[in-house]
Amino acid sequence: MAHLSLTNVGKTYGGSAQAAVADVNIEIKDGEFIVLVGPSGCGKSTLLRMVAGLETISQGEIRIGERLVNQLDPAERDIAMVFQNYALYPHMSVRDNMAYGLKNRGESKAVIEERVAEAARMLELRPYLDRKPRALSGGQRQRVAMGRAIVRQPSAFLFDEPLSNLDAKLRVSMRMEIRKLQRRLGTTSLYVTHDQLEAMTLADRLVVLNGGRVEQIGAPLEVYRAPASTFVASFIGAPAMCLLDAQVENGTVMLEGHALAPVAQAAGPVTLGLRAEDLRITPGGVPMRVDHIEELGAQRIVHGYVGDQALAMIDTSEAPLPETVHLGVAPARVHLFDAQSGRRIEAAAQPVAVPAE
Amino acid sequence: MQKIKPLDHLILILGALFLCTPVVMALMSSTHAAIDIHSNGLFLTPGSHGAETYTKVLTSRGGFTGDVTGLLMLTNSMIMGLGFAIGKIALSMMAAYALVYFRFRFATLIFWAIFATLLLPLEVRIMPSYQVMSELHLLNTYTGLIVPLLASATGTFFFRQFFRSVPDELLEAARIDGAGPVKFFIDVLVPLSKTMMAAIFIIMFIYGWNQYLWPLLMTTDESFFTLMRGIKSILQVWVGSQIPDYNEAFALAVLAMVPPVAVVVIFQRMFIKGLTESDK
Repeated sequence: MAHLSLTNVGKTYGGSAQAAVADVNIEIKDGEFIVLVGPSGCGKSTLLRMVAGLETISQGEIRIGERLVNQLDPAERDIAMVFQNYALYPHMSVRDNMAYGLKNRGESKAVIEERVAEAARMLELRPYLDRKPRALSGGQRQRVAMGRAIVRQPSAFLFDEPLSNLDAKLRVSMRMEIRKLQRRLGTTSLYVTHDQLEAMTLADRLVVLNGGRVEQIGAPLEVYRAPASTFVASFIGAPAMCLLDAQVENGTVMLEGHALAPVAQAAGPVTLGLRAEDLRITPGGVPMRVDHIEELGAQRIVHGYVGDQALAMIDTSEAPLPETVHLGVAPARVHLFDAQSGRRIEAAAQPVAVPAE
Repeated sequence: MQKIKPLDHLILILGALFLCTPVVMALMSSTHAAIDIHSNGLFLTPGSHGAETYTKVLTSRGGFTGDVTGLLMLTNSMIMGLGFAIGKIALSMMAAYALVYFRFRFATLIFWAIFATLLLPLEVRIMPSYQVMSELHLLNTYTGLIVPLLASATGTFFFRQFFRSVPDELLEAARIDGAGPVKFFIDVLVPLSKTMMAAIFIIMFIYGWNQYLWPLLMTTDESFFTLMRGIKSILQVWVGSQIPDYNEAFALAVLAMVPPVAVVVIFQRMFIKGLTESDK
């Protein structure tokens, strides 16, 4: 158990002028579950591998507990890692897979036996201890990989997209298991995923990465409610937040010439962010031409156009829709971003702040 | 059900006979007396002298010194074959390990240099090799017989390709588990390479077993003679009106076939088992 701190961490691969990861600062508290999320190629895995010691650190410092680990071997960092393809030793039984790290550390037989038994009990792997990994299903293999991490009792768990090789249903149940397990063990965890849903449900705090830089760090709901940039806005939440070109005129945000909501922002062009789930059908709202509808059962996603800009909304009624619906939104749920830089403008919905929940 | 086509079967049967007949003929002829073979030609039916011929080739002393038995030659061939196979596997695995897992300058260049030696068969470099061994006073030793031919481009190439197919995550997991380079090699790579080792063992054992030119050059002491040389020396005895011991030559040839066949049978089973069971 330890806190983890990354200071100005950066990575530049030899021969490349552009940094794969740049200037990352994250303070992770003891026992916290941090999820690194971003599209592929955003440097999240590189960052994780730097913490693990599998990649050298070009700039900055990584500390696990109070120890500076920049120069340490992976084995000396007191971490355990779960890989996407499980990386189990195919020729060893489940028991030996879990015990291998402990054996190399020179733990006594009794300790190894006890820890493996404990992990096997926790992960319900007891009937499979003498099987080879190839005789296990994907979910079981993933569990063995986690068992291998648990028995080491490390300061930190590192997860590198551990669920992406599983089918959708198993992914959901394993997700919950990982969360429960982490809560129970109270081990600091760093988890990499490209799946925003996984990120939202698992994280104590999210770190959204884009192009090797941190876009935003915050609790899932914070990130959801107040995305720091258009990138975060479009990445977190499903369906993705619609980003539209809009104008602020006289303290009102105008979309294609229709007034939408009052804002405290100087006149000028802005990027307007609207979540499908925040939009409601209101008479006298902004007119949207309905293009097509995705029926999901409990709700439906209505896709359409305002002017020539695409917009989506979630409708929970079952009534047939006219060709044009009129949309409104609570002023608190209007997101404004700088039209050039894409950074968030904290101007929406004065004087009401984020509503209490 | 697929229709049985008589013509296809005929071709297959002919092919099988074409391959098997010489072997059967050698086996059968070896059970006849030399004189029968000389007067009647080869046999396809078993004769009555089998036991004595085989006992004779295995135990009777022959050669110039009168000390060489078939058994000794068999042992020598065995030492050659095993030494070759095991030595080549060990050496080429380590070479491939270095090439794949260690980042050093010119690794690719070195690999291609090793690979290029495939273009230089033993016959091309046999004189310098002989010279070196002679100056090291290794003529007429097992070391001299085996060591100079151990470096194997084929083996290195196969193991290199195999190691490259092992997922990187396995190495990373091992590093996190605290396994150093040697431990990773012994605990993970060697067990994983079992099937590859079996395949190379088959090839290299037979290669070593069948060596003829090199032992011929390296050994003058008859106690180092291998089977391949022994067969030749039996047929060379054209002294006076003596009939060559065809039956003994055939018996030796059959004996020479047994170990390679055994190796193939044993290791092929392992090889196939490994192929069907593993999923990487």
